Amino acid sequence: MATTTSRRLNTTTAVSRRRFKVASILMGGLIGLLLVIEVYPIIWLLLSSIKAPREFNTRPIYALPDGFYWQNYTDAWTRGNMSIYFRNSILVTLPSLFLIILLSVSAAFSIEIMRWKGRNIVLLIFLAGIMIPLQMVLLPLFTIYYRVKLLDNLLALILTYVAFGLPLNVFLFTGFLKPVPREVLESAIVDGATIYQAFFSVVLPMVKNAIVTVALTQFFFIWNDLILSLTFISETELRTLQTGLLSFVGQYGQRQWGPTFAAIAMSVIPVLVLYLALNNLVIKGLTSGAVKG
Amino acid sequence: MEKVLRDPKAVLVFVGPALLVYALVLLIPIVWSIGYTFFEGSAISGFTFVGFANFVRLMQDRRFWNALWFSTKYMLVVSSGQVLLGLLLALLFHFYLKRASSVVRTLVFFPVVLPTVAVAAIFSKLFAIAPQYGIVNAVLELFGLQAVSWLGRGTTAFWVLAIMDIWRAMGFYAVLLYAGLVDIPGDILEAASLDGAKGWRLVQFIVLPLLVPLLISSLIFSMNGTLKVFDSVLALTNGGPGQATTPLTLYMYRASFQNNQYGYGSTVALMLTLYCLLVSLLAFRFARRDVA
Repeated sequence: MATTTSRRLNTTTAVSRRRFKVASILMGGLIGLLLVIEVYPIIWLLLSSIKAPREFNTRPIYALPDGFYWQNYTDAWTRGNMSIYFRNSILVTLPSLFLIILLSVSAAFSIEIMRWKGRNIVLLIFLAGIMIPLQMVLLPLFTIYYRVKLLDNLLALILTYVAFGLPLNVFLFTGFLKPVPREVLESAIVDGATIYQAFFSVVLPMVKNAIVTVALTQFFFIWNDLILSLTFISETELRTLQTGLLSFVGQYGQRQWGPTFAAIAMSVIPVLVLYLALNNLVIKGLTSGAVKG
Repeated sequence: MEKVLRDPKAVLVFVGPALLVYALVLLIPIVWSIGYTFFEGSAISGFTFVGFANFVRLMQDRRFWNALWFSTKYMLVVSSGQVLLGLLLALLFHFYLKRASSVVRTLVFFPVVLPTVAVAAIFSKLFAIAPQYGIVNAVLELFGLQAVSWLGRGTTAFWVLAIMDIWRAMGFYAVLLYAGLVDIPGDILEAASLDGAKGWRLVQFIVLPLLVPLLISSLIFSMNGTLKVFDSVLALTNGGPGQATTPLTLYMYRASFQNNQYGYGSTVALMLTLYCLLVSLLAFRFARRDVA
């Protein structure tokens, strides 16, 4: 493709070369506009989060901030309880990620590598869960957690995130395990390793990269979840970042723009940092789930 | 060797925990939820058997039909926006920016990872009218135009919501479809352009037909996502003004957790699930006919 284009360009006349130039300026403008549309709301958020209250009252909303008014962040962090929400989100996300990975890799290992009757049916049963909307199980789960006293308990969230992470990830990991060479596994077992040792010291290291990708993808789902934490958690002390942010915006959003922007920025910044640091991995992870699911 | 790989106890240790959690938290609740559709009540007040009353009520419930219509309209507008703009972006990446597109791709993708609540909060500030003008109204005023109460009216609120969700996800479909474009073998394009196909004709007759399977799966994925829209709506408009932006998901949530009608809520949830399945099946059928 590239070679034919350049060959064509070499034989073009001066007129069409000028037309080409106009077109490329137009395209450049279009791409610039595109980037502004994609990035500006976030830059605006970050800039607004350091504006002093009077700037909101006296200056147009698109004006640049006068200086750094960090009080917004302090207010959001302490008075707005963002520190609590942050802690809860971390307390929920990390164990969920660990369990999702552990359970789905080991399930995929038994389905893809071990030999037993019914493993295809089990894989199909897992697959069936991919299509189910959360709303379908929200009420029974609420009832169950109510009865076993798990409402207003972070364990309810962890359990639900894990269950919802399983279908797609079991499926993805069976795919990742397919190309793992069986000889390595065999020689480990011939050397006297048990199946558990083989799993932990041979198979797990081999799917290390896939584990990182999946963990990253799941991180975004769990960190960004609203509906589950909204349903199962009502105590302020136990709210996660998104539910906390929702109530913060409801409470202060109308009057205090500065702290509100700071609170929004706090829920966005970790995600942003992780994405900018590992964007190729994030993109790969999120899109591979989509194509296969 | 064989014996080790067939060890039933080890199989159970490996797949058991996952299957147990999955069955307890997903499979059994699905059946349970279908059971609920024949009852009315809540976890706290207890349940009474009502037969098909929930389904009868559903048929006569104008609010349900409004929500269903909103979900449908929203799915059609937002999914076509997401996939179409995604496709245009993918074409731009592959045929115009070529290898230089990596920075643009990174930036266009990044709204995808942002928390929806945060995005909705940003958009509600962008389109705010009171107590201060948001950017959109400030710019309108700058040009001497009247500020608009974007989220205060049903039609404009719908469009703000749609724009927000298209903004959020189009980069995702752009990257997905770009991957598909990269996979098209160079010699096919080369041969076609030697035969005189170039520019839009090349895209129309060679590129798009090759991309159809991926376009269909993108569309299915997108339609499933937009039918399940919840966070954006709750955080941006809270379903209002009135019931103007209430999708099935939010209607189900309200019936269940505000009115404590679990039976009716489950009936709405079942309709939503069936709708998602139906949309996917239709798209698959369509895809198969198209490819054959």
